[in-house]
Amino acid sequence: MKLTLKIWRQKNASAKGAFKNYNVEDVDGDMSFLEMLDVLNADLIDKGEEPVEFDHDCREGICGSCNLQINGRPHGPKRHITTCQLHMRSFNDGDTIVIEPFRATAFPVIKDLVVDRSAFDRIQQAGGYISVNTSGNTIDANSIPVEKENADEAFNSATCIGCGACVAACVNASAMLFTSAKVSQFALLPQGEVEASRRVMNMVEQMDKEGFGGCSNTGACYIECPKDISLENIARINREYLKASVES
Amino acid sequence: MSNFKAHIPTGPLSEKWTKHKNEINLVNPANKRNIDVIVVGTGLAGGSAAATLAELGYNVKTFCYQDSPRRAHSIAAQGGINAAKNYQGDGDSTYRLFYDTIKGGDYRSREGNVYRLAEVSANIIDQCVAQGVPFAREYGGLLDNRSFGGVLVSRTFYAKGQTGQQLLLGAYSAMNRQINRGKIQPFNRHEMLDLVIVDGKARGIIARDLVTGKIERHSAHAVVVASGGYGNVFYLSTNAMGSNVTAAWKIHKRGAYFANPCFTQIHPTCIPVSGDHQSKLTLMSESLRNDGRIWVPKKKEDAEAIRQGKLKPTELSEDERDYYLERRYPSFGNLVPRDVASRAAKERCDAGFGVNKTGEAVYLDFASAIMRYGKEQAAIEKIDNPSDAKIKELGKKAVENKYGNLFQMYEQIVDENPYETPMKIYPAVHYTMGGVWVDYNLQTTIPGCYAAGEANFSDHGANRLGASALMQGLADGYFVLPYTIGDYLADDIRTGKISTETPEFEEAEKNVRQRLEKLANNNGTKSVDHFHKRLGKIMWNKVGMSRNAQGLKEAISEIKELREEFWKDVRVPGDMDEMNQELEKAGRVADFLELGELFAKDALHREESCGGHFREEYQTEEGEAKRDDENFMYVAAWEYKGEPSEAVLHKENLDYENIEVKTRSYK
Repeated sequence: MKLTLKIWRQKNASAKGAFKNYNVEDVDGDMSFLEMLDVLNADLIDKGEEPVEFDHDCREGICGSCNLQINGRPHGPKRHITTCQLHMRSFNDGDTIVIEPFRATAFPVIKDLVVDRSAFDRIQQAGGYISVNTSGNTIDANSIPVEKENADEAFNSATCIGCGACVAACVNASAMLFTSAKVSQFALLPQGEVEASRRVMNMVEQMDKEGFGGCSNTGACYIECPKDISLENIARINREYLKASVES
Repeated sequence: MSNFKAHIPTGPLSEKWTKHKNEINLVNPANKRNIDVIVVGTGLAGGSAAATLAELGYNVKTFCYQDSPRRAHSIAAQGGINAAKNYQGDGDSTYRLFYDTIKGGDYRSREGNVYRLAEVSANIIDQCVAQGVPFAREYGGLLDNRSFGGVLVSRTFYAKGQTGQQLLLGAYSAMNRQINRGKIQPFNRHEMLDLVIVDGKARGIIARDLVTGKIERHSAHAVVVASGGYGNVFYLSTNAMGSNVTAAWKIHKRGAYFANPCFTQIHPTCIPVSGDHQSKLTLMSESLRNDGRIWVPKKKEDAEAIRQGKLKPTELSEDERDYYLERRYPSFGNLVPRDVASRAAKERCDAGFGVNKTGEAVYLDFASAIMRYGKEQAAIEKIDNPSDAKIKELGKKAVENKYGNLFQMYEQIVDENPYETPMKIYPAVHYTMGGVWVDYNLQTTIPGCYAAGEANFSDHGANRLGASALMQGLADGYFVLPYTIGDYLADDIRTGKISTETPEFEEAEKNVRQRLEKLANNNGTKSVDHFHKRLGKIMWNKVGMSRNAQGLKEAISEIKELREEFWKDVRVPGDMDEMNQELEKAGRVADFLELGELFAKDALHREESCGGHFREEYQTEEGEAKRDDENFMYVAAWEYKGEPSEAVLHKENLDYENIEVKTRSYK
């Protein structure tokens, strides 16, 4: 198939960006979306032009690197997949596809489609852990039984890949779904209890400091999340936050 | 280099590690504050090492090319992590895990290292659970296990098909805690481009900031390289696009020996190649072989008809199918180790029984598992005389619970429903057992330079068993390196801060800069990928699943020519002092073009078949690998001498005092 691509080009963080049009031919339905961009880039290099920069790594939907806004939707038209898992069979011959970086104040553009998501790391650094040192005499793993339902729920929350689709989807560019997933994982496990109050307070404080917007419960985040992280996480972080506020 | 001694502690096998820990030098906590350690790579090995070193009190700097440590490719490991916990009471023990690993590695790994790995495996599970890693559990609240290839017990802990993700996020959280305390300084989107040696010791690195293009000097008292494997030398592999050999290759060029580069794992269950546009291959977890049965048609005409789309696999009856693993290896069946399963698939496809357009695919079929689980579930739900449709429905649900995300991933890529029609799979490059040579302390032949995880060569011999990579990465990072490195650093307590304003840093930085300038200003005509793809083709066709002397000799000269062509004709658009992904790739492919040649040279010199290394000249009448213990029971450690062709071989003989060396059989 033949496609027209409208791609956001921006030289660096301080430069002004703009859309530029490109035509690609010989696109095969079995290609992934990123492989289609590889074809475009190979063509640009042949012509002596600069290729389009975009983040990507594992190309199997787990590292969370790829983050394209495709026709206005994070990771494109299909639900529950990342950009790298999107295949060209989801498009038709002659389509025009608009490709932008994830937009948010807290995700400044570095170049073209590459954005800086280090704010997510800083939220995790503020409290996304259990304070336990490495040692060869930690208590035996099976001495901490965990109800299967809670373990499974904690796992579901922990499958967040930190791609930022939730932020890009949100009208407020809120990072609530991302932050709540980590808070939930530990809130559902006995190991997380000891530091629960500190964790939620510190992580929420950092999230606000980074310039993410507030949550107004529209649910767009959960619709666009490639890993199907549930909205219940947001309800849970609100409970945890309230509990911690009352305690302090 | 005089540092080429394995330093395995003396004494009985089961006491070596304890004895060693009691005897090595320690650094007092107050002095650790004055010691800096650089860790390159933040996957399971690097991330866990960085966190633990920081907990101990060292000042740690971490480097990764990704935008966050959480994205290292350990994240993509699916199936699980082994540990000798014997929670299932099925007779597992430290000794059995040790034995299985040595045998699985086809008697090409060190007894001392592997025993230690088995010994600390149980601690890993304890540590990860304490960190809040949500492993799969049973209804009683205790941890669940599954079984993996090449073993007869259930010792694999897992978190659905995302075990690597959960373990890496555990290590990442431990790192985050130390970043928050100021004990780790993370340098993300940075790539190590050289090692700096001062007075014979590793004292720092040169790194490039991938956002600004700035070349930076970083000093430390020791440097740990945990930068993963080099599978991308084949262009197509299950590795991430950015996975590379660069950090490991730079230390090799500075004096670290590179061991057994030809020991590479081709994983049997990957999604087959679909076309020329293919940029990477996707693994389907080995855990699928617990329930999936592998087959091809018995008759060539049927295979032919399937390839032409005239026949569907579901139309073939049981006796028209050849479950070739069950036929050839009745005792292990579909659960033979990876190297054996991969070669068997290639054998069938080469013989004309492949089942996709290219003839390079076999079936992985869940139909009988669906029926089996369906019947079990019907019995649990007390349904009398369930219909076939009901059984199927219940069975599909059970299979979905176990492998749902993998099935979904398959359907996304291939556009076929694996619940209804068998999956198509084919072997793909997955893991590299070879790597930087290290001693028992994980120190390379350069004093003060360490290698951990997949980047080193140490524990898997010629073939790695499933669910052992995560185990080794975390064993190295959490439980081995943070202690053994103290033995070296104990001499550094009075050294003080290492200056970066020295001729050694100057020289290394100049080297890096010149090379980048050369690449950026080359004005050639062909893209980096053009060369990478050609290198991959040579490697796959002549240095891949089966090798022979003729092909290897050709590969060596073809890679050398390709390397020369690359330097003459590669085109890298853009500038050095900005984000430039083509420039990053160019540097990595330049290193692969050197490694590839050494890889083929190593494969040519090893005139035997063992594990993942299969030389066509050395096989039994039944087509099984034929080892030559008399002449090749050693680690081949290569010393860099300017050109890969001039690399000098050093041999570390392997002694088996506790295990009887036997022909590996899974029949």
